[in-house]
Amino acid sequence: MIPAPFDYVRAGSAEEAISLLVEHGDEAKLIAGGHSLLPLMKLRLAIPAVLVDIGRVARLSYIEERGDEIAIGALARHHDLETSALLKEQVPLLASTAHQVGDPQVRHRGTLGGTLAHGDPASDLPAAVLALGGTLVAQGPTGKREIAAFDFFKGFLETALAVDEVLVEIRVPKTADSGWSFQKFNRRAQDWAIVGVAAVVNGTTGIALVNMGSTPLRATAVEEAVRSGASVADAAMVADEGTDPPSDINASSEYRRHLATVLVRRALEEASS
Amino acid sequence: MVLISVEVNGTRHQHDVEPRLLLVQYLRETLGLTGTNIGCDTTSCGACTVLLNGESVKSCTLLAVQADETEITTIEGLGGPDGTLHPVQEAFREHHALQCGYCTPGMVLAAVSLLAEEDQLDELGVREGLEGNLCRCTGYHNIVKAVLACAGGRKTPIESSP
Repeated sequence: MIPAPFDYVRAGSAEEAISLLVEHGDEAKLIAGGHSLLPLMKLRLAIPAVLVDIGRVARLSYIEERGDEIAIGALARHHDLETSALLKEQVPLLASTAHQVGDPQVRHRGTLGGTLAHGDPASDLPAAVLALGGTLVAQGPTGKREIAAFDFFKGFLETALAVDEVLVEIRVPKTADSGWSFQKFNRRAQDWAIVGVAAVVNGTTGIALVNMGSTPLRATAVEEAVRSGASVADAAMVADEGTDPPSDINASSEYRRHLATVLVRRALEEASS
Repeated sequence: MVLISVEVNGTRHQHDVEPRLLLVQYLRETLGLTGTNIGCDTTSCGACTVLLNGESVKSCTLLAVQADETEITTIEGLGGPDGTLHPVQEAFREHHALQCGYCTPGMVLAAVSLLAEEDQLDELGVREGLEGNLCRCTGYHNIVKAVLACAGGRKTPIESSP
């Protein structure tokens, strides 16, 4: 499978990428690791006229401490996240989730910014960032703005990013003392999650669902139940509230609703243990 | 067309390529290195695995232009110039870690990358580390044995295969 023809431009900085986006508008797509975009281009589901390669913007791949948060450059790869001693210590949910994405080859290429900007409801890391209550930093022609992860995912493969904006940074709160869990149900190790759950409890409480609707979703009913002191079993029962899970070759919508209650229960049990 | 300069198996190559040319096509069709196989063409099977700056990647999901100014190792460049096998290749032969052989170049390169990253590997670590490579003959048992034989921290011996 071969993508449709396109023009290729390499950007040396976020600023350069932004001016290329301003110049080409919605004809252009950013590419970093390319592990979400290239498969779509090969299937001709995405046919960008111009590909702006930001994969070489080396200074956007940091993982560093900043006060109560860990700041991560958008180009940090899943492999960087899963092997970061800082992240493993301070935000173990994110390091562990990164370790469960795809397979080693995918993790050597895929980036945190890429998977968030792609906004696939079946991806693992967006749910982890949602559960953590992360903050995303978008840079555009007039400067930077912050977007709460909760406000970032707008629809199927749609995010709050404007066509001339680049996602440059992700910040997540330090949660070294919190309980956490990432549960993923799939048939083969490298498959997308049929359903997944990211959970943080104690201090912050955040529960987010993978593949239970058109975007990564926060399980607000579960969060509310946990905060009001409900038992794990009772909190898990409302896991599918407000969701609209798809039916596909892997699972019916009904089965996904069932899986969500089971996986949320497991996640809460693991996070509380 | 975009001019790229890539070091493949120790040799520098420069070519004008179409931006949509995939790395695997560049290796196979432009450079004639057909040891890298195309299996699924969808980032699933790992048959097209090569090393990019020493790390395993699936060359069906990488544009040749993205590999500009990098070092690539394919199965042809893994052994010595005199034809000596790489220790992982030697272990694959020793443990009969292949049946039809189609997945083998990708398996070997994924294993080389895994062994470089993990100094303590047990059986589970090898199985998880090779998640990105499928063997349709399902000959995983001997593949895992071969990789474990190369791992320094061999902890869990595997029973001999039936």
